[in-house]
Amino acid sequence: MTCETAIGIKEITHYFGEKKVLAGISFSVEKGEILGLLGPSGAGKTTLIRIVTGQLTPSTGSVSLEGNDMALVKQEAYRRIGMMMDDLGFYERLSCYDNLKLCAGFYEVREERIREVLEQVGLYQDRKCPVQKLSKGMKSRLALARAVLHGPEFLFLDEPTAGLDPATTRQIHELILQLQRDGATIFLTTHNMTEAEKLCKHVALLHEGQIVEYGAPQEINRRYNHRNKLKIRLYGGSSLELPNTAASAEEVCGYLQKGQIETIHSTEPDLESVFLELTGCSLQEED
Amino acid sequence: MKNTAIIYKKQLKDTGKNMALWIQFVMFPVMAAIMENSIRVENMPDHFFVGMFTVMHIGMAPLTVSASIISEEKEKNTLRMLLFANVRPMEYLCGVGGFVFSACMAGGVVFGFLGGYTGEKLFSFWLIMAAGILASMLLGAAVGVWSKNQIAATAVVTPVMMVFSFLPMLAMFNGTIAKAADFVYSQHIQLLMNSLSAGTPAEAKNVIVIAVNITIAAALFVIAYRRRGLT
Repeated sequence: MTCETAIGIKEITHYFGEKKVLAGISFSVEKGEILGLLGPSGAGKTTLIRIVTGQLTPSTGSVSLEGNDMALVKQEAYRRIGMMMDDLGFYERLSCYDNLKLCAGFYEVREERIREVLEQVGLYQDRKCPVQKLSKGMKSRLALARAVLHGPEFLFLDEPTAGLDPATTRQIHELILQLQRDGATIFLTTHNMTEAEKLCKHVALLHEGQIVEYGAPQEINRRYNHRNKLKIRLYGGSSLELPNTAASAEEVCGYLQKGQIETIHSTEPDLESVFLELTGCSLQEED
Repeated sequence: MKNTAIIYKKQLKDTGKNMALWIQFVMFPVMAAIMENSIRVENMPDHFFVGMFTVMHIGMAPLTVSASIISEEKEKNTLRMLLFANVRPMEYLCGVGGFVFSACMAGGVVFGFLGGYTGEKLFSFWLIMAAGILASMLLGAAVGVWSKNQIAATAVVTPVMMVFSFLPMLAMFNGTIAKAADFVYSQHIQLLMNSLSAGTPAEAKNVIVIAVNITIAAALFVIAYRRRGLT
């Protein structure tokens, strides 16, 4: 099966003054996949997403959208792109509905679609509420509703669930997965490894402006499973670790037959541990 | 054109919910109506308050409102959102400018009838107002585009607005101020209004000073736009 490249990022380097914030970033996003750019605050995620969406011109390198140079197709591309970013504001005095109606006018979207997206994000009951009275979670959902209003083929989500409660986070995750099932290519940034593992087909780990690892989350985790052991907790509270090899099969089988195993896990790391191993920093760290 | 109309409607709705801006449009017409109907002083020229408040309205409302709308959009990042929705800068500026102009001219309707103007005189009155509003709007837009946020815009626009609104009134009482005011469009708007009210012919100098002021305001706007842009 061949994978069609939706977004191509080639040798992006960017400086803010003398400071190099991105160094030779290259990777691609397949059509219809969710790609997660994972890194702590200050790693360069937002700068990269701003470059990819054409808001910022990189010092060197290029971005392509379905093979076309983004710098040349930017204006036309915006009709096919949805963005959920902190730096795209709302008219706070206007209602949720009026904010979306404004965008619907620009994109020539029928008005019934506003109701559809407000229902999808669970804000239809609050449609008449001025944006300034919404909670942070509601504003995030409204931002997502605005990003998907015109049925974009490409979605760029910058920390879509940052600072949200678990229930809102779950709702947003479900909506993102639904959008992907509907065929959207999604590029999201996050510092939440659980989010990345749950949503993304591929992740790129960004540290100090460089991609330090790229791949499918489980594949990355397996690649860094140096211990390769089985962690077993038995009823009664005792725990043991066995090598994850054929030699342990008999012992594990014995525990299973006696019904002594309460939990059993492999020792493969999660993305947080991989990131820590690669960079010495936590994904949650503030720079 | 479609996007300009959408921006216009958005601004109408948003300003309707923004008391601070809304008040700018109605303050002087209301004050003029009250003063015209309640104060009579011997030897005071006819419709004195209409002339005075019209010039204050021209010097204040378009300037502060334009600066406030644009700087707020920059501060809250709504302008960025509009540009990503394929709204071109000129469409945005025409939408906002069109709204500010028409809202200020709505005040002009009140002033025109309070001043008892009819027919050709009323048309001339509105034409003079339109020239003044255009100059103030361009200055306000220049400040709005230049400023990063509303606080910065207010810091600049308040003294500028004071000068253009009150200079013509102060010039009536002080010769030195009158000399300085001679270079300022609002003073010549006042003089044109006086000529219109008294039925005397306008001087070419009035029109020239206003035209030069509009050109300078437009140049300042272009410089601000080129240096800072809309985002």
